[in-house]
Amino acid sequence: MGLLALENARLRFGGIVALDDVSLDVAEGTIAGLIGPNGAGKTTAFNVITRLYRLESGDVVFDGHSLRHTPPSRVVRMGIARTFQNVELFPTMTVLENVLVGGHAFARMKRESELRKDALDTLELVGIHMHADRPAAGLPFGTLKRIELARALASKPRLLLLDEPAGGLNHEEVGELADFIRRLRDELKLTILLVEHHMNLVMQVSDHVTVLNFGRTIASGPPAEVQRDPQVIEAYLGGELEPVA
Amino acid sequence: MTTRPSLAAVVSCLVAAAILAVLPFLISGYHQGLLTQVAVFFIAILGLDVLTGYSGQISIGHGAFMAVGGYTTAVMSYYHHTNLIVTMLMAFGICLAFGFVVGLPALRLSGVYLALATFALAVSMPQIPLKFSRFLGGSNGLQAQTVSHLWLYGVAWAAAAILFVGAWLILRGRTGRAFRAIRDSEVAATSSGVELPIYKTLAFGISAAYAGVAGSLFVLATNGYASPNEFTVALSLQILIGAAVAGLGSLWGVLVGAVFVGLLPEVSSSVPVVGSTHGQDVVFGLFVIVVILLLPTGFAGLLARLRVRLTRQSMASINSDPGTS
Repeated sequence: MGLLALENARLRFGGIVALDDVSLDVAEGTIAGLIGPNGAGKTTAFNVITRLYRLESGDVVFDGHSLRHTPPSRVVRMGIARTFQNVELFPTMTVLENVLVGGHAFARMKRESELRKDALDTLELVGIHMHADRPAAGLPFGTLKRIELARALASKPRLLLLDEPAGGLNHEEVGELADFIRRLRDELKLTILLVEHHMNLVMQVSDHVTVLNFGRTIASGPPAEVQRDPQVIEAYLGGELEPVA
Repeated sequence: MTTRPSLAAVVSCLVAAAILAVLPFLISGYHQGLLTQVAVFFIAILGLDVLTGYSGQISIGHGAFMAVGGYTTAVMSYYHHTNLIVTMLMAFGICLAFGFVVGLPALRLSGVYLALATFALAVSMPQIPLKFSRFLGGSNGLQAQTVSHLWLYGVAWAAAAILFVGAWLILRGRTGRAFRAIRDSEVAATSSGVELPIYKTLAFGISAAYAGVAGSLFVLATNGYASPNEFTVALSLQILIGAAVAGLGSLWGVLVGAVFVGLLPEVSSSVPVVGSTHGQDVVFGLFVIVVILLLPTGFAGLLARLRVRLTRQSMASINSDPGTS
């Protein structure tokens, strides 16, 4: 079994089945892509893994431990960090302070100067250290996404959950992002679970792709295989739901 | 807020401290009393700022915490002749615990609902001395030891200085960031490992402890007399107004907020308006409206805007582009 596993995860919101018996396995040191049309349950899966949502049945297993009774604030201590689709930053705080909060779980008894140096290094890694002392509010969307990424990296996670990191990026920037995600895997030895609408990016970087539709897994395998899967083509091209590029 | 205070901040603090240290020897006992009142509000507003300004939890009930602190001093002094400084420390401790307890149900409330719950606390607290009138003196109140104006002035401002530095130390690092993170986004704070229940109740505890010390001094400032009539809802509102004038989420405006609510009633009572006993309230209310309209982000917001303008000007003069203003 891999570093992270969803086991027969089931969750409903009212009458809508958000996750229907979804199983997922992410091997350590790999990049796993999670794709599907709008409303397929991708972000729901993230919220389940980070314990913001409670499963009705099934389990989330990280590094051999069930997260069923883990409070959401402990998830990051176990080594799981995430970003949010629509950006959840601390708008009145500076960029640097946002990243410092990301390291909150491991900041106890550490000197402030050391924490700041770490945070600045992380900002430099994602390439926005020049904005360190600016308030997060009012910066462009692409920069906000990078702040979130830096904040997630600040907790020195083993598993990084990226929710649409390519949102709002142009073609060239998506290419850079693909390189960056691979670097995170290779240089920081991170395991990455990637939710993304940008099909090129997912197929380019993922070692393994899982496709959800209406809360169900419809395909799972290497990118090249998944791309040819008739059910996937049906979900993306034949159905009423159009994927957002 | 950076790790180290800026030079300007240190200098302005030292200047303020120097003025406050010299001032009592130049003014009458009556005016010392007024400035003691300012110190009381300074401490209470500081406490409310930790809760509302930093952790984003609104309280219209800080008068209730002041009442607990005030009665702690009155009871200990009246029954046990405890040293007054010791009673202040006890007020701090008891209100810290009380704040934690109040913070627990507050975990389930937010925004206007939390405001109403704390408001209810402020309304109901003055009833307790009436209910337990034998022990707490009922509506007649309870008499603590009396002290000189100068003693109280010194103790109040010393406490204010200590608590100000304390607040700064707590808020500048990890804990202060956790408070502000919760205020800005609870979901993101949780996902970053900030335990909401711990930090939200901690903010309540610290805030209440500050209000408790303020209440203790408040009782001593009213001739050592603790009575239910002193701890009305109006007191809670005054603290909230002071915090709004100061500018929530910044420590630097607190002195201005305290001067505003501490001295304005006095100043406005000497203004010859309507002549009725309520003229004072009218003038106070008008002033509040004008200040809130002119300074929607409080005095701290004004400072921040001035700083931005100054840096822009110095940037402009460095770039020295004659075409732009």
